[in-house]
Amino acid sequence: MYTLGIDIGSTTSKCVILKDGAKEVAKSLIVAGTGTDGPNRALNEVLKKANLKLEDVSYIVSTGYGRKGYRLANTEISELSCHAKGVMHLFPKVRTIIDIGGQDAKVLSINERGRLAEFVMNDKCAAGTGRFLDVMANVLKLDISDLEKEARKATNPVQISSTCTVFAESEVISQLSNGSSRENVVAGICKSVANRVATLAKRLDIKDEVFMSGGVAKNEGVRNAMEEVLNTKIVYSKDSQLMGALGAALFAYEKSIKEE
Amino acid sequence: MSEEVKKKKKYVPNPNSAKYKLGKIVEKHYKEAIEAKANGEKIGWCASNFPEEICQTLGIKVVYPENQAAAIAARGAGEKLCNIAEADGYSNDICAYARISLAYAKIESAPEQDMPQPDFMLCCNNICNVMIKWYENIAKEKNIPLIMIDIPFNPDKEVSKEQIAYVKGQFLEAIKQLEEISGKKWNENKFKEIMKISNRTSKAWLEATSYCAYKPSPLNGFDLLNHMAVAVCARGTVEAAEAFEVLCKEYKENVKEHKSTFRVEEKYRIMFEGIAVWPHLRVTSSGLKDRGMNMVATVYADAFGLLYDDLDGLIRCYCGVPNSVCLESARDTRIDVAKRTHAEGLLVHTNRSCKLWSGFMPEMSRQVAKACDIPLTSFDGDQADPRNFSEAQYETRVEGLAEVIDSRKGDC
Repeated sequence: MYTLGIDIGSTTSKCVILKDGAKEVAKSLIVAGTGTDGPNRALNEVLKKANLKLEDVSYIVSTGYGRKGYRLANTEISELSCHAKGVMHLFPKVRTIIDIGGQDAKVLSINERGRLAEFVMNDKCAAGTGRFLDVMANVLKLDISDLEKEARKATNPVQISSTCTVFAESEVISQLSNGSSRENVVAGICKSVANRVATLAKRLDIKDEVFMSGGVAKNEGVRNAMEEVLNTKIVYSKDSQLMGALGAALFAYEKSIKEE
Repeated sequence: MSEEVKKKKKYVPNPNSAKYKLGKIVEKHYKEAIEAKANGEKIGWCASNFPEEICQTLGIKVVYPENQAAAIAARGAGEKLCNIAEADGYSNDICAYARISLAYAKIESAPEQDMPQPDFMLCCNNICNVMIKWYENIAKEKNIPLIMIDIPFNPDKEVSKEQIAYVKGQFLEAIKQLEEISGKKWNENKFKEIMKISNRTSKAWLEATSYCAYKPSPLNGFDLLNHMAVAVCARGTVEAAEAFEVLCKEYKENVKEHKSTFRVEEKYRIMFEGIAVWPHLRVTSSGLKDRGMNMVATVYADAFGLLYDDLDGLIRCYCGVPNSVCLESARDTRIDVAKRTHAEGLLVHTNRSCKLWSGFMPEMSRQVAKACDIPLTSFDGDQADPRNFSEAQYETRVEGLAEVIDSRKGDC
């Protein structure tokens, strides 16, 4: 039996197909989120990679910001539960998940039974999310994926004190015009994101292991800054961005079995 | 034929229902104030936690800017009026009720909810500190008297004799001022009678809210948010007492007949913390109902049910309204409500308008959730400024709360 999870985020669309709720058959990631052709492209790509047709898939669960109204889905489940499910499938020792997506940040606490016990999410502001990094990369004329390389070169990270994306943008420009190096500014930006999200994480009882998921987890600069601020080791996977889609595919399998 | 079918489907309110009666009381409240103004009587703008009993005894018509701002926001004009106040220089960080009210005082017309312009202002700071400057500014702009009652924040659990004496002195002085302004005389016997009626109303109101404790609840908790305007503006009237008694009867019958105004299966029972998001009432309500999540606990509704025996008791009540008490008292009240109603989760409205209420909410909600062993989540919103709310964020948090409750039950 094939089941599919689709995570429609604000900036990316991700799909995972599982066979019998265990074996990963294919995955896809398209940098285009809800309200675009991203979900369809991600779906077509994952089906092509799996060499399957849509009718071969028994059950689809959608998750993420654009989960509602995705007409191909049998049901939708929030990204909170799907991220928890996906991470626990691959990393069962994890007890805290920090997920930073395109426009929100969340921290999940997992209980001893491996279930979602508590969560906290960012407020209405986009600071501390992927959007914040997008804006800053744009100001610095860098590709988002280059931020971590720049951060690695930093010798003396600058202080980005503002918690507002708009004001922080002005602050970055001021730092550059005052002679701060680009790499030190980038490291300061990564630290700013980590500080912001760490205040959320500290509202929960942070238990090891701590896993980072979502697009921002790809950024080593933020991961390192987070480890420093939280004084703990961060577990990470190159597929961190796909945890929501994986969780959705696992739920799809369980629901399919239950309904049968 | 099709027209006939359509006509049959049109909603006809039952004139004997509590909902109809309560709606009529609010309608009458505004109508009488408008008529009194037209007849040359002095009209006051009054804080929701100023003793309604005093005005009722003197036969003075007052209207409530907070009720009006909520109605304007619920009917879609919150942003328009907020913009008017902001264009006059008021920061969008201050309370949206205040901004709407200041704008209304300037433009003097809002089809969403009109009310007469004031001849005096009655302020009581037990609910809010922004209100002091809000009312002062209107009094200054319109060159009318402001009667200000200072009810100090209470760091202790009990209300002291000294505090009662301090507030009583101000109330007695306020009565004198109101006599001078209105030309009407205070009647002690009438005051006793009004206090009796007010207690009857409060008793019925609190009984109505207490039906939420039944499993399943015979009412949709959001009903209370619509009905509570009467508890604010007409507590001292027999009509209000009777309408709430009818409401209790309806809920009692619902329990007996296993019916509810919550029209779907009650899968989850939650406590909702904070003032309603009036500009997005439908979205916030259906966001819960669509998941079978019923709001069975809120201190916001109960706050307007005040029970007392005499003037000292009345003052004690007004010294103990939610925003004037310390974290420990506020927390214990919530724990009691959450336990009594078997709430399984806590949904906190971080109200951008109300720093006083939302300021200590992260710590208080943490303590309440811990004491009741229930999960909690919060969302950003506003009691009257629609711009401070995101539907998608609300949906995810509510869904997450439901999933955590399921997870704890072991269903997931």
